[in-house]
Amino acid sequence: MADQALKRTPLHGCHAELGAKLVPFAGWEMPVTYEGIREEHAAVRTHAGMFDVSHMGEVEVEGPGALAFLQRVLSNDVAKIEIGGAQYSCLCHEEGGVLDDLFTYRLGGDRYLIVTNSANHDADLAWLGRWSRGFDVAVRDVADRYAMLAVQGPHARAILTGALGIALPARMRVATVRIGNRPALVCGTGYTGEDGVELLIDPEIAPAIWAELLDAGVVPCGLGARDTLRLEVCFHLHGNDLTPERNPIEAGLGWCCAEATGFVGADAVARARREGTAEKLAPFKIEGAGIPREGNPVLAGGEQVGIVTSGTFSPSLELGIGMAYLRADLAEPGNEVEIDVRGKHRPARIASKPLYQRKG
Amino acid sequence: MSDAHYPDDLLYHDQHDWARLEGDEHAVFGITWYAQDSLGEVVFYDAPEVGATISKDSSYAEVESVKAVSDVIAPMSGEIVEVNDSLEDSPEKINEDPYGEGWLVKVKLTQPEERGALLGADEYRKMLEKG
Repeated sequence: MADQALKRTPLHGCHAELGAKLVPFAGWEMPVTYEGIREEHAAVRTHAGMFDVSHMGEVEVEGPGALAFLQRVLSNDVAKIEIGGAQYSCLCHEEGGVLDDLFTYRLGGDRYLIVTNSANHDADLAWLGRWSRGFDVAVRDVADRYAMLAVQGPHARAILTGALGIALPARMRVATVRIGNRPALVCGTGYTGEDGVELLIDPEIAPAIWAELLDAGVVPCGLGARDTLRLEVCFHLHGNDLTPERNPIEAGLGWCCAEATGFVGADAVARARREGTAEKLAPFKIEGAGIPREGNPVLAGGEQVGIVTSGTFSPSLELGIGMAYLRADLAEPGNEVEIDVRGKHRPARIASKPLYQRKG
Repeated sequence: MSDAHYPDDLLYHDQHDWARLEGDEHAVFGITWYAQDSLGEVVFYDAPEVGATISKDSSYAEVESVKAVSDVIAPMSGEIVEVNDSLEDSPEKINEDPYGEGWLVKVKLTQPEERGALLGADEYRKMLEKG
């Protein structure tokens, strides 16, 4: 690689000040934990935590052809997003494989914002640019315009309202507000299974907002807790549970695919839905000791029947959990399999989603 | 978690393991402060069986944090005579008290002379400083 230097978010100084453990992630230097993953995980499940997710990318799509264009590239029915609404989609290639999974926010009549995974941002941008030809639409990389802060947990909304004095949008809605006297977006979305919002703010004011929320008792959380939280509620991680070699149907994302819209890859997705897939992604729990990890083989009757794509220790359940692609006939909740964890065969049971159920 | 410390009465292996000699034939093993700090909160200790034979410089157990797995390297050769069963329910003791309640195994040494190849606390600290 020509450029080995890790990128830093506008909040890098805040992380260093708190003594965060910083690691390279998708070309960025990101905090993996501050005080400990379990503590941060618990803060989000019971109180409020905040994550610097400024490494994520943003793409603005604007113009009279915005809806028609997005309908062509995104798997979901984009026409269903009202102004101020949000929607989850896959970005598929012609054979139906998943290039990325993303949220689309409708900011105005013909203005949308897409949030990309940082590792895919440049490729997504090139893909969107290529497919936008012939549509009356502008596709802009606006990643540098935003710092992104996810504030999540049962008390997140109350603390945010008090600290910033802003009205917050409902779940799956987006609001344009002013924070620190700058325009900002507040999105009723997240990646933790808890209530909360994601803030898209001016990078210049991000450290001040971070400090304000810290003072208000919001617990800083790193990518480590972000991963355990999302896996407990079976949210996919692109690069692990979703890849260009897997289609949304086998990934269990048929619900966000509207093949009738004719999106790129719709034919392949329709075929997979109609004919079924050889493998399916399924969540599982280890029964007893052992922590599954990405790449561990899944065994049944002594033969390999699948592979773990995400695995961790669940701080809420206090046991090993994961998601695996395995033979479709075995991917039913209740089924018993074994996970080959570095040579030790750990009994596991296929579970239903989510693995962790929010209380109340 | 405690601050970095490396007791003077222990011997150290460069893979971040310690040995406390008990007489000429027995020793207690564990991982160093540095090892537990690098790993993060330990959530699982996969202990060896009592009676298992272990050899110097080879892995005899695994410790896992939420994010990572780490092999535990034997600082000396021997036979496991006791494992710290309390870590099954409280693996966090490895973080909280790596040289005390967080000990991993007791071993009957088969080659006690291997102690000569281990580092003293000063040497180990110097090795860490050099990175």
